Amino acid sequence: AVGRVLRLCRRWGAAPRAQMLRLICTTTAVQKKNVGASGPEKYTEAFIKKQIEEFNLGKRHLANMMGEDPETFTQEDIDRAIAYLFPSGLFDKQARPMMKHPTEVFPEQRKIQWGEDGRPFHFLFYTGKQSYYSLMHETYEKFLNVLKHQDQLVAEDLPLQKEKRNLAGSRWLTKIELEEMLLEKLSDDDYSRFIQLLQKLVALPCADIEENYIQKFSKKVPVQLQKVVIEPLKYNEQGVAFSTGEGKRKTARATAIVYDNGTGKITVNGTDILHYFPVLQDREQLLFPFQFLGRIGKHDMVCTVSGGGRSAQAGAIRLASAKALRSFVTEKEMEFMRQAGLLTVDPRVKERKKPGQEGPRRKFTWKKR
Amino acid sequence: DDKLLTEPLSHPDFFSVKDLFTLKDLFNARVHLGHKKGCRHRFMEPYIFGCRLDQDIIDLDQTMQHLQLALNFTAHVAYRGGIILFVSRKRQFCHLIESTARACGEYAHTRYWQGGLLTNAHTQFGPGVRLPDLLVFLSTLNNVFEPHVAIRDAAKMNIPTVGVVDTNCNPCLITYPIPGNDDSPTAMELYCKLFRMTIIRAKDKRRQSEAIEELR
Repeated sequence: AVGRVLRLCRRWGAAPRAQMLRLICTTTAVQKKNVGASGPEKYTEAFIKKQIEEFNLGKRHLANMMGEDPETFTQEDIDRAIAYLFPSGLFDKQARPMMKHPTEVFPEQRKIQWGEDGRPFHFLFYTGKQSYYSLMHETYEKFLNVLKHQDQLVAEDLPLQKEKRNLAGSRWLTKIELEEMLLEKLSDDDYSRFIQLLQKLVALPCADIEENYIQKFSKKVPVQLQKVVIEPLKYNEQGVAFSTGEGKRKTARATAIVYDNGTGKITVNGTDILHYFPVLQDREQLLFPFQFLGRIGKHDMVCTVSGGGRSAQAGAIRLASAKALRSFVTEKEMEFMRQAGLLTVDPRVKERKKPGQEGPRRKFTWKKR
Repeated sequence: DDKLLTEPLSHPDFFSVKDLFTLKDLFNARVHLGHKKGCRHRFMEPYIFGCRLDQDIIDLDQTMQHLQLALNFTAHVAYRGGIILFVSRKRQFCHLIESTARACGEYAHTRYWQGGLLTNAHTQFGPGVRLPDLLVFLSTLNNVFEPHVAIRDAAKMNIPTVGVVDTNCNPCLITYPIPGNDDSPTAMELYCKLFRMTIIRAKDKRRQSEAIEELR
């Protein structure tokens, strides 16, 4: 090893000291980009050990400084102490001063792959991607196991297990997650091959035997669908059923309370609809949900609205009343309302003006010369 | 230590490799079956016994001799603690060969061969790598029916090679060719078994000899 170092020193005479030190350590050369499988031998074992000792010493000093007990000084205490001693106004949390255990700071490195006599530890070392290929080897072995088990069952005339695995709520590991697991860089092709092999394994009828193994590579996907909860009807003092709804359109926000057993009276912000909305178009918008359900004369409505303009306020109240009417109506009619667009918030807002143009879309007049 | 290394070299068959297989075993494992006449490689003609219904038949007497030489050499390499790398590009037997290598305690490479593996090892693996001392090819061709790159690379790096050459392969650069079938599962299982047994025997003998030396 010494001879090699001297040779290297002669060859790279002009190189900085850090580079020469780097070449002494012997670890596998793995490409960068992925944190877990980052560049070759940046941190030796001795270096990391020293860092850990310094960290522990520093932790005790910090505890003494803060007047706390060094023995029971946890990571949260350290964070608080550092935030107190070195206040920083930087927005990025990772740019602020921090004191963490070296194993969290320095990414996991792959150590030297061969022993003193030079023989590598892993039997697939000479392939280059030993973790990935050993993973493929293992998975294929499980596959053959399952096939053998299947043959045994067929020979004994027993039925093959038919419980369907629920694949809906799970997904396979992504390429990055797999890279982190293996500490090795993968190509897209490798990753897709591995996923195909896993899918083949899962497709076999007796794959339940290797359930534990398969679960290492699948993750649960949280259910994202949220069913809209219909609020039940509330009853006021007279025993009249009512329900509330909220709606918005552009900058207008409205709340509506729809009462049952009504005569079709609508009050907006304390005033009658005829006085508040003189224009026919706005009143039509308000009446549309009731007209759609055929309940024009059957409900009373009291609403409050603020913000926006004439048309926006009308649209907001329309949405609010439609939402309130959901409690009075069957599921089928609710689906009709949804398909008619009564229950969707209108996303259209005023588009901003762009520089170099006169308006959001209008460009300046083009002059030939 | 010197005695340990020189003693096996004085015997012609120190590891009694001849007892591991007979001609009948080779025949039963269909080692004599070659490819069709049209696929024949010119340099394989000395090893071919004949041609029946357009299919080449490999001469099993010659195969016996070559196999004994090859197994003897592997045993010597394993006795001296050398690194043996099993190479093959046949997808059918990839798992079998890897399991064999693992069982022996040696190494296997049945995957895509990266260009600079042997010739550029110090850049790929790191400065202190030890290259394999013997390459065992269980199939000399790669997936496009061309000679495996590792044959040429091993010749460049002065690494001896042992290889099973079929009637469509080029036996030129291989130090210990073994003319025989590389496509049948039975044949491959036989080869794997033989290599495994030789390597394990050689390692056991080494351990015994070392133990005897320790006692003295």
